[in-house]
Amino acid sequence: MPYPVEQNEKFAAYAHPERLVSTEWLAAAIESGAVANGELVVVESDEDVLLYDTGHIPGAVKIDWHTDLNDEVTRDYVDGAAFAELAASKGISRDSTVVIYGDKSNWWAAYALWVFTLFGHEDVRLLDGGRDKWIAEGRELTKEKPAPARGNYPVVERDDAPIRAFKEDVLAHLGKPLIDVRSPEEYTGQRTHMPAYPEEGALRGGHIPTAASIPWARAAAADGTYRSREELEALYLGEAGLTEGDDVVAYCRIGERSSHTWFALKYLLGFDSVRNYDGSWTEWGNAVRVPIVKGAERGSFPVPAGV
Amino acid sequence: MMTTQALPSALAAIVDDFQALSEPERLQLLLEFSEGLPELPDRLKDHPELLEQVVECQSPLFLTIETEKNDGGQDAAVRLFFKAPAEAPTTRGFAGVLHEGLDGLSAEEILSVPDDMPELLGLTRAITPLRMRGMTAMLGRIKRKVAATSGVRA
Repeated sequence: MPYPVEQNEKFAAYAHPERLVSTEWLAAAIESGAVANGELVVVESDEDVLLYDTGHIPGAVKIDWHTDLNDEVTRDYVDGAAFAELAASKGISRDSTVVIYGDKSNWWAAYALWVFTLFGHEDVRLLDGGRDKWIAEGRELTKEKPAPARGNYPVVERDDAPIRAFKEDVLAHLGKPLIDVRSPEEYTGQRTHMPAYPEEGALRGGHIPTAASIPWARAAAADGTYRSREELEALYLGEAGLTEGDDVVAYCRIGERSSHTWFALKYLLGFDSVRNYDGSWTEWGNAVRVPIVKGAERGSFPVPAGV
Repeated sequence: MMTTQALPSALAAIVDDFQALSEPERLQLLLEFSEGLPELPDRLKDHPELLEQVVECQSPLFLTIETEKNDGGQDAAVRLFFKAPAEAPTTRGFAGVLHEGLDGLSAEEILSVPDDMPELLGLTRAITPLRMRGMTAMLGRIKRKVAATSGVRA
């Protein structure tokens, strides 16, 4: 049974308000016993693998983006059997309402939500503002790890096509809108990795031809919540130049930051066709003979001969 | 396979502790090291410019070293100082391991630690290779600073 959707003015302006919950709403749901009795499953997903263990929202379980959601051998996500086992072990059933939150404005939480969506999990929501807002408001944290009753999760094959783009898809997509969510320095090719982050070994710096540069964090306000619909429209319809009905691909470096933007485009602005290119710059920047553009200009496609 | 025999004794003891544990317990131990990382002394707290950032770490990590001269004819002791936010427990945990394992040793002892020592903790799978890189970079930075200050060749 899906848990009731939150109603508030900010969310009501979004295309899919049912995809977000506020910290007040979650605190009230916990208070009412909905997490303790398993009606609602709260998942924390952070960049730092130990952060959950230092204290988390009461009743929340942890899912690590790397060790739980990535396949250990192939550069891919886990398969249906592994996902079903993971979900069941965290007390998640196929019809559970799942609320995901995390550090850094939900950057990794949005990534986990995107992976849940690859498996077609129907009711999965983000806690607007994530871990930092919860803590900033002085809400309760605990180190106690819940031992949820096992969920009932069938083996569902991943359906990548609607929301995930591979390199070949991006090549075929060229000429249609792309959003590059990395830092301006990565976009222009000045650097191939995030400021203050490890070098991850892309051989070329720059961006995919025609991609608009909208760094992911611009979709978030200072308190980590998503910006209002009006502000998001100014960013993506205004600055990036998207128009209603566009087929959009977002990318970053390994697909995590672009999940945050994917969520904004898909659920807050209501673009039907938005795909996350998780190969992103670590693949594109190393791939043989794919076109790239250096500098601040978006560039054009087809790429003019001789460039 | 590298053994712990070549390591300074405090560091070897930490490595032995990690290796004796299961993977989830190793993470728990790393968390304890993150909680045990000492605060900076006031003279450094007020002077962030005296610390250097290790940019390979996923979260902000700053460190510096000081050398304590002593008269007894013994080698000077190298003191290590780290700063990392509470929201970065993995990074703090690595710093805690290096602090407990290396603080107060001589330059020669620190420089003798193999660069790939972090691999011995058995955390690579649980932490992921990407996150392990930060720890290797932290050790590398300490060794470079110690070499530059002491004149001992790395």
